[in-house]
Amino acid sequence: MKNWKGGVTLTVLRYDPRKSKEPYYQTFEAKATKDTTVLDALFQVLETQDYSLAFRYSCRSAVCGSCAMFINGWYRLACSTLISEIGRDIIVQPLPHMPVIKDLVVDLSTFFEKYEVIKPYVVPTKPSPEKEWIQSPKERSRINDSTDCIMCAACYSSCPSAWTGKKYLGPAALLQAYRFAADSRDGILHDRLEVLSSEEGVWRCHTIFNCTEACPKSLNPARFIESLKRTTTKQTLKARIPFLR
Amino acid sequence: MIVVGGGLAGLRAAIEASPFVDTAVISRVHPLRSHTKAAQGGINAALGNAEAGRDDTPEKHSFDTVKGSDFLADQDAAELMTRMAPECIFEFEHWGCAFSRTDDGKIAQRPFGGAGFPRTCYGADRTGLYLLQTVYEQTMKRNVKQYQEYFVTSLIVDKRSCKGVIALNIKTGELVPIVGKATILATGGVAWMYGVSTNAMINTGNGITIAYRAGVPLKDMEFIQFHPTGLYPSGLLITEGARGEGGYLVNNKGERFMERYAPKAMELAPRDIVSRSIQKEIDEGRGFENAYVHLDLRHLGREKIMTRLPGIRELCLLFAGLDPIEKPIPIRPAAHYTMGGIDCNLDCATALKGLYAAGECSCISVHGANRLGGNSLLDCVVFGKVAGEKAAKFAKSLPNDTDEKVIESQLAREQKRIEAFRKGNGREDPAALRDEMRSLLVEKVGMFRSGPELEEALKKIRALRDKFTHLRTLDVDTVFNLDLIRAFEVEAMLELAEIITASALARKESRGAHVRVDFPQRDDERFLKHTLAYYTPKGPKLDFSEVKITKYKPEARKY
Repeated sequence: MKNWKGGVTLTVLRYDPRKSKEPYYQTFEAKATKDTTVLDALFQVLETQDYSLAFRYSCRSAVCGSCAMFINGWYRLACSTLISEIGRDIIVQPLPHMPVIKDLVVDLSTFFEKYEVIKPYVVPTKPSPEKEWIQSPKERSRINDSTDCIMCAACYSSCPSAWTGKKYLGPAALLQAYRFAADSRDGILHDRLEVLSSEEGVWRCHTIFNCTEACPKSLNPARFIESLKRTTTKQTLKARIPFLR
Repeated sequence: MIVVGGGLAGLRAAIEASPFVDTAVISRVHPLRSHTKAAQGGINAALGNAEAGRDDTPEKHSFDTVKGSDFLADQDAAELMTRMAPECIFEFEHWGCAFSRTDDGKIAQRPFGGAGFPRTCYGADRTGLYLLQTVYEQTMKRNVKQYQEYFVTSLIVDKRSCKGVIALNIKTGELVPIVGKATILATGGVAWMYGVSTNAMINTGNGITIAYRAGVPLKDMEFIQFHPTGLYPSGLLITEGARGEGGYLVNNKGERFMERYAPKAMELAPRDIVSRSIQKEIDEGRGFENAYVHLDLRHLGREKIMTRLPGIRELCLLFAGLDPIEKPIPIRPAAHYTMGGIDCNLDCATALKGLYAAGECSCISVHGANRLGGNSLLDCVVFGKVAGEKAAKFAKSLPNDTDEKVIESQLAREQKRIEAFRKGNGREDPAALRDEMRSLLVEKVGMFRSGPELEEALKKIRALRDKFTHLRTLDVDTVFNLDLIRAFEVEAMLELAEIITASALARKESRGAHVRVDFPQRDDERFLKHTLAYYTPKGPKLDFSEVKITKYKPEARKY
């Protein structure tokens, strides 16, 4: 492993909707050492072989969320995928089930619109204190992990319910919904649950767990969605059955 | 009003301005991809929440900042920043930012380098992520207009004032004017210019050069901070928080070598000092593979690493294939932060009317010759707010007087520039020129500099700039043309490389992050001054300006 190096082949699914009807595969050669990532290899192609290749990138440290792609049949961040760990024959495709703008660049506008729908901000109903709101470590721990989503869209792209239900909010937006609903500083749980229990909310999740498997940050969106389902159910029961109030 | 840059400073400015003026944010990436997101360790404010921090005050924060800056910071600016720090942090907390908490439910604070108290507010080791989420959410809530994936190529300047920008829509290839009565540049730093860097690949300094070409001077560009702990070999950031939580730096003899360089502060001396110490250990043969030393976290234990530094553990597992709970982390210094930048005053206003700057691209200056860890996010939050307020006020005071002809002619000029790029029939490759420049800067304009080496670097950079005028034919596609973007980036970086090197050559002393082996002492008599670089077609013209000193007389810097 220490001296891992040599040539690799990088097969990229190319597509430019303006120029061709069908996407096609194109294979390139690249050089790798044990530290070379798929993103590095894409740059080798872009800068020495095909100046027209399109992909997104920025931080190269698995935090900005730009470079989520479908690499060797799985949802990964190109920047944190070491070639020495996935083998010398690499197939890179854009995130599945997303409209392609060019090559590996997909249109995320719907993805981000759904994020906006869930009101991704704390709405306090009490006046702000002079200093910080007191939030106990226990209260803070309720939102642990749900705060760490980098919005790379891997989970959204992997979710069968999102493939077929175009209006379904999807795992990333629902994870964010949990994050704000569970924050001790937030005061509009009731309004939130109304949106979340609608037809395109939590009940469209069929607990397939693709999102959890796909997340390159090892988060568990399905768990948060399940938690929202429980809260929604409790609220509904309370409203309908008088002795539960 | 226009904000260029969708990171912490830019979005904070937009929030401040949006209730008063029609505000738009232009960003070359989706704002949630900005480099703020990679900040880890925290943001400074004298809240006194930690047990050991009860006696902390903004004045002490101000002194630490000034001392850390090797007395080159403008003291009125440092005072303003540290005084505004608590209210600005509380504002984020009220907006819902996911800070870690003390046992009594307050914002948690940890020790950081060069600070007298545990002053750095944090959210695990993902503080930048949480702050960026929060500002982005707040801009969404306020319906701030966004131009995502637009690359700004120049400012629109009419009768010596800034009237907006010309930008390339990356997704369509269309070049468009975006007109505004005031423009705030919040475009981040330039540390990607160095071959060993913690920075994102988008940190190429284009925002800084567009101000420079419009006649605004750049200040103190020779001061580039090397972060002590870049992961070997990629340079990815390992937070100062790792040392704040108690991590050790260890050489190949098993010594905690900081004892030799900063016996009191040890691993928590300011970054310039720790970086130089690490490099010395490596250069003198006490590193591993002659390339790195160890950052050892093992004694902190699994629990502390998992709760306080989970992101660091993840980075190590992903990129170095090791678990810091079990093994020490290989690290070396990596270019990290641009102390210098667009010269502006306490209102974030530049010499060009209508143009403001905030965040890492600006130089007010609060960081002087060396920035303290935890002060950059603070700079963004405080001066983002100031810039937003001042620029909005300025914009409101102006009548509508857009001159269509000026816009047309400047749009045509930029169109020509792109055509010229595309039609190049030389042989030079922009990426190859960039790679050459990146190694050159590490070798000759790095942590230890000397007159002859800087002269040599300057010559080589000028040769590279000359080569840049003979580019090969670029890709002609309109949609997502990374080849064209690359050309814009490399042009800017080469220009900045010349400015950094020329400024470093002129500063014949050692101060903060700038060390001249041929002038090893700080020389307050001649160089307690800011360097200013002005654009001329032949290269930068240098000048100096006074440092504002209010309370603290320069003294020897011992830790």
